[in-house]
Amino acid sequence: MTISKYIINRFFLIILTLFTLSWFNTISAQDADGKTLFLSKCASCHAPDMKTNSTGPALFGVEGQWEDKSKLHEWIRNNQKLIASGYPQAVETSKLTANVMSVFPDLTDPQIDAILKYIDEKGSGKLDGGKGGQANGPAGAAAGEGDSSQHPLLYGVITLILALAALILIFVNRNLKKISDDTEGKKTPDAVPFLQNKIYLATAAILLFIVGGYFTTKAMINMNRQKNYEPKQPIFYSHKVHAGINQINCLYCHGNAWESKTAAIPSVNVCMNCHKTIQKYNGPELKDKNGNPVDGTAEIAKLYQYAGFDPQNPDAWDANKAKPIDWVKIHNLPDHVYFNHSQHVRVGNVQCQTCHGEITGMDEVHQFAELSMGWCVNCHRQTKVNFNVDSASGNQFYSIYEKFHNDIKSGKMDSVTVKDIGGLECQKCHY
Amino acid sequence: MSNKYWQGFGELNDSEKFQKRVDDEFRDELPFEDFDSKGLLDAKAPRRDFLKYLGFSTAAATLAASCKTKVREAIPYGNKPDNLVPGEAKYYATTYTQGGDAVPVIAKVRDGRPIKIEGNDYLSATNGGTSARVQASVLDLYDMHRLRFPLRKAGSKFEESMYDVLDKAIAAELAAAGSVVLLTSTINSPSTLEIIAKNPKIRLVQYDAVSYNGILLANEASGFGRKIPSYKFDQASVIVSLGADFLGTWLSSEENAAGYAKGRRIDEKNPVMSKHYQFESFLSLTGSNADERFTHRPSQTGAVALALLAAVGGGVAAPAITDSRLNAGIAKVAAELKAAGGKALVVSGSNDVNVQLVVNAINNAIGAYGTTIDWSRADQSRKGTDKEFADLLAQMEGGQVDALLIHEANPVYDYFDGKRFASALSKIRTTVSFGYRMDETTELCKYILPSPHYLESWGDAEPKTGIYSFIQPTIFPLFKTRPFQTSLLKWSGSAEDYDTYVKNFWHQKAGSETAYHKALENGMLEEAASGSGSFNGSAVAAAATAIAAHPAGGKDELVLYEKVSIGPGYGAVNPWLQELPDAVSKANWGSYALISLPKAKELGIVTDVDYEYYPDKPVIKISDGKNTIEVPILVTPGMNANTIAIAVGYGRGEKLGKTAAGVGVNVFPFASMAKDGSGISYFVTNVTVANTGRKEKVAQTQIHNSYEGRVEVVRETTLATYRQKPNEILDFRNKLVENYAKNTGDFRKEATLYGDHEKPGIKWGMNIDMNACTGCSACVVACHAENNVPVVGKSEVLRYHDMHWLRIDRYFVSDEKDPDNLKGVVFQPMLCQHCDNAPCENVCPVAATNHSSEGINQMAYNRCIGTRYCANNCPFKVRRFNWADYTGADSFANNQDQKLVGVLDPVVHQMNDAVSRMVLNPDVTVRSRGVMEKCSFCIQRLQHAKLEAKKENRPLQDGEAKTACQQACATNAIVFGDARDAHSAISLVRLNNPQRLFYSLEQLHVLPNVSYFSKIRNTDEIIGGNGHGAEGGHGEAHGATVPAAEKHEEAAHH
Repeated sequence: MTISKYIINRFFLIILTLFTLSWFNTISAQDADGKTLFLSKCASCHAPDMKTNSTGPALFGVEGQWEDKSKLHEWIRNNQKLIASGYPQAVETSKLTANVMSVFPDLTDPQIDAILKYIDEKGSGKLDGGKGGQANGPAGAAAGEGDSSQHPLLYGVITLILALAALILIFVNRNLKKISDDTEGKKTPDAVPFLQNKIYLATAAILLFIVGGYFTTKAMINMNRQKNYEPKQPIFYSHKVHAGINQINCLYCHGNAWESKTAAIPSVNVCMNCHKTIQKYNGPELKDKNGNPVDGTAEIAKLYQYAGFDPQNPDAWDANKAKPIDWVKIHNLPDHVYFNHSQHVRVGNVQCQTCHGEITGMDEVHQFAELSMGWCVNCHRQTKVNFNVDSASGNQFYSIYEKFHNDIKSGKMDSVTVKDIGGLECQKCHY
Repeated sequence: MSNKYWQGFGELNDSEKFQKRVDDEFRDELPFEDFDSKGLLDAKAPRRDFLKYLGFSTAAATLAASCKTKVREAIPYGNKPDNLVPGEAKYYATTYTQGGDAVPVIAKVRDGRPIKIEGNDYLSATNGGTSARVQASVLDLYDMHRLRFPLRKAGSKFEESMYDVLDKAIAAELAAAGSVVLLTSTINSPSTLEIIAKNPKIRLVQYDAVSYNGILLANEASGFGRKIPSYKFDQASVIVSLGADFLGTWLSSEENAAGYAKGRRIDEKNPVMSKHYQFESFLSLTGSNADERFTHRPSQTGAVALALLAAVGGGVAAPAITDSRLNAGIAKVAAELKAAGGKALVVSGSNDVNVQLVVNAINNAIGAYGTTIDWSRADQSRKGTDKEFADLLAQMEGGQVDALLIHEANPVYDYFDGKRFASALSKIRTTVSFGYRMDETTELCKYILPSPHYLESWGDAEPKTGIYSFIQPTIFPLFKTRPFQTSLLKWSGSAEDYDTYVKNFWHQKAGSETAYHKALENGMLEEAASGSGSFNGSAVAAAATAIAAHPAGGKDELVLYEKVSIGPGYGAVNPWLQELPDAVSKANWGSYALISLPKAKELGIVTDVDYEYYPDKPVIKISDGKNTIEVPILVTPGMNANTIAIAVGYGRGEKLGKTAAGVGVNVFPFASMAKDGSGISYFVTNVTVANTGRKEKVAQTQIHNSYEGRVEVVRETTLATYRQKPNEILDFRNKLVENYAKNTGDFRKEATLYGDHEKPGIKWGMNIDMNACTGCSACVVACHAENNVPVVGKSEVLRYHDMHWLRIDRYFVSDEKDPDNLKGVVFQPMLCQHCDNAPCENVCPVAATNHSSEGINQMAYNRCIGTRYCANNCPFKVRRFNWADYTGADSFANNQDQKLVGVLDPVVHQMNDAVSRMVLNPDVTVRSRGVMEKCSFCIQRLQHAKLEAKKENRPLQDGEAKTACQQACATNAIVFGDARDAHSAISLVRLNNPQRLFYSLEQLHVLPNVSYFSKIRNTDEIIGGNGHGAEGGHGEAHGATVPAAEKHEEAAHH
């Protein structure tokens, strides 16, 4: 009996460990890398293949063209200033296209370096190899995290196999013992039939309770959560085509996320900014989630229906006549949760992909994250706040946190997380 | 002699029953059927019931939760306007207007819906202050009882019509009419006046619901012209009010209060403040703020004014006054007025021309003209004269009026002889109402062309001469309404509508389109002040003679007054205002008569604990011969013994909707026209009063809470005592350190077992200066609007289920033995104190309430399971429990009415109407049934301010984050900010006033983040002991008082 007890104990331990493991659901926040920076700041004007001229000139090899790297940094931050200063290369560069380049005063040196590195790697084709997943940055990391949901099943199967093996071993062991006892002439009581063995029954009941309880609780907690929710939308709008293939910056359409609590779905007139001229779809074949082919041009025609736009007579279009599109909302937070996009996107520098997944790969969007409180809180626990208020990168708002600044200076603290500045407090999100 | 601070008679008399009630804080039983006092085991079917409920709730919860999540849509704009950011509020300067009042405000607009009104401090005129009615006006916009389309009468019923159809019909009728009269409340819109002036056929008659005829005519007779000056309360060191409620309802009360508070603030190094005397017949809000009060009968109003004029050397003979205290008071006040050297002001609320003439003479004698009375900015809020209206009425009866157009005037309800007006109205061929709701006058008119709300309109106002305030729309009109000016323009043949007219008018007047746009953005435009006046005393002698001839009053007299919330009836239709407790009586939802203690005794009403314990109050019958009404009473200290006071504004018509219908009685019919026809008087000098023996429920707040005899909740003293012992509070606080923090001297850390909270960043703190707080209650309504605080209705208030997050606690100050000899009234705004060592936090079993690193006591509604332990453990009684689903926030739809909880009042359903709900602040959760709620320091505003700072990459500026109550306050009594920042206003104000600074119940070591400055009354009385901080109750604390200053006490009575 001692052996079976030992095994049962072991068994519990394994099960417990597995459960504990499955609770971990970590999302790690990552610093912005070159690609995301490029896509959010540069890609609306510069071609993402780095080799063709677009609104702005092709960027591959740009580092080599500038003698003074610091001047290049200056140029990127505020080209107008540099031109005004009369720096010859700046004046020359400004003549490459007729368009005026935007200014990016917020970019830090490391960020610019990351962008330049990305331009170099992308342009030289280093990134087009098999390691694409790695270069995906936070999106890739986040997607990898998504796989962790598969782990419980894997563990479960392994556990089941191991448990079966253990059970077989117990029977084998017992039979061997019985045989050896018989040969030694020891009398052993007859084995209790399997279904009448109280130990087995009790074990089974307890196991059922724990496993059943676990899944019931989990199911109840997940009620009304909509991870992977992918409703059918009135128009088959592919984020993959727009944000992925054509590299349109998220904020071009969802600019509200920079200003307001809601990211807002763009109004029809925003769609029409481009689709007045882009009337046909010539990209790769589109398929809906069931694998049926989708006619992109026909979907654009649906937009024209809403917009009241006649492709034959584009100049006659009146934006005020456009009818709104009844999109189905995917990301729903309960009413008692206050979430502000601008706090995260603008102040916290969080990439859209961190919460929305690799949107550039989705045709119709599905809900990537759980949007549960545990998921929010985890990120708040781990995300570091840029407290470097002495440089331009840190937000000056945090300059009043004297204690933390002192602790960082004295080495008591290595970084400040969102949690440290109250990010786990109820009334950060519930009021 | 020490003072007793008491909230009600139960507490004053402090009996066993009161104690029992105090112990039993949540008096409601658990709502089980058949559950009587036998206990659970003996109850009829307790176990089964329990299982039933358990089974049902589990099944229901499972069902409700497992239902398929509904598909939500996100519908963007078709073509988004450029300047609009969904989810972010926009602010537009506009102007609140009602019945002649015009207050510049800023409307907060979220996604196209105005949801909050804030003060506009661009010009000093109102100083950014608002009143309760201004704050509540946004709810009127979403009133489900608004008129939604034009109507015309067909037979006895109204039928919907169209504007162009009505325009044709009315224009034809007007063309045929000989005499057309436009009856409105006071108009001070320059563009509207121009439209009317351009239309010679229309005669304008301005009519004010509560008349200021007396003051207008008296000023005319004194040579100033028929206008009302600006009063500079901040310039006056002696303020005498003869029954004028200038802090509550009299003229521009926000501006008056702002000026008044300036003179009341105390510099600790040189403690001086203005002195405020009030002569009145009942206890008004302004009287409650006075340093010294003297009461008289309403019939003596003239005599008192005359006696004062005689005493300041006016050279008139005054009728004899027998009341010696009153006589002494007049003599004392006169002496002080004379000594003030022009820095004095006398105002009177009387509508009697003669009394106002005498007041003008007093002001002239004391040199107030030019110093405290300013003629360069005339107050344009009241222009109506009673004779003009009486003449109109006679002409209507005589058939001399063919068409009557009525805008914002409701004489059927608020004229004393409304019936006569109604019957005269029926004789007129063409009657048009531009009513907002189906009010008493509108329902008698032939045509109704509903007016838009000010938040839906273009317009302008000139509240004071040369100060213009603009109205711009903040929302597209919700219903088919049209400004009455457009109608006037159309009917006179103009193609222009008013919106265009007012634009062109101001393009021209402001000089250019740009200048007008700039003015619109600011909300206001100012022209140089001009004009002055010199006093002409020729009419005073006649006035004195007339006053002397006033007949003496009978045994009992009745005075009508306006409540801050209801006014002349405007507020009766607004749920927030109906729910707002009157600062003095603490009652809401209905009429009641204020009577004095001696009168109660005479009527056989005993103010014992039963009187206080039960909301059922004795009903008295009051009759003046013509009108008889029955109203419940509230016994109030500090009343004139023979005066009964009842508020006007109640008893509105049934068609005004669920809020107004059936609430209170209309007492306007008790008013009467003076014999010479010179004006309406709002008092009756002879009424008969009888106790009916019946009882009716009066809904009162505050009286059900008790501080358990802890006296340090509120602190008040007199200026004389303060000068003598300035460190009294400081000594008390030092003593706490001595007693509880012997070793380190750190009361915060040493005097507790608990650790302190870390506060690495901002630490919010609030200070309330009780010397600046007038009890006007604007903050209470502002809090309602900002935080989606539910309206619960009378039946729930009666069960003490009122939900105000912020309340104004009122304490009467008197000797314990002599409650009627009221020394003063203290108003203390009481809200969650956000204790750093909060008793509520420790007892929550689910940690739904806890502390933030910024010093806020947080409340997570969704975590709360409704044990109410926190409310029980809160020493300040500021937590509010959702006994029912007041805001429709439950997962179950329409869960308001429950068999077990009881049916809620119609007003709760009104607030849950789809249109009414548009007023809800989308940034604040609506709370569901069964959760606790309380003041959050307007966390959503603080978070917003912080986010704005972060977005702009800078530290938060002091004053950027304002709470709603602070923003609403006309007197800036509330200071709020980061107490950790040594240079912030809150830190400085605390640092500079160490002698008056106190924390409520500091000895409990709850470490509040709200501090107060003690109230100081400007009297010579020396209060002994340390007994002048008090809630009263029963207390050994009072026993410790030292009768050291009894001789001073006597001196004080001189």
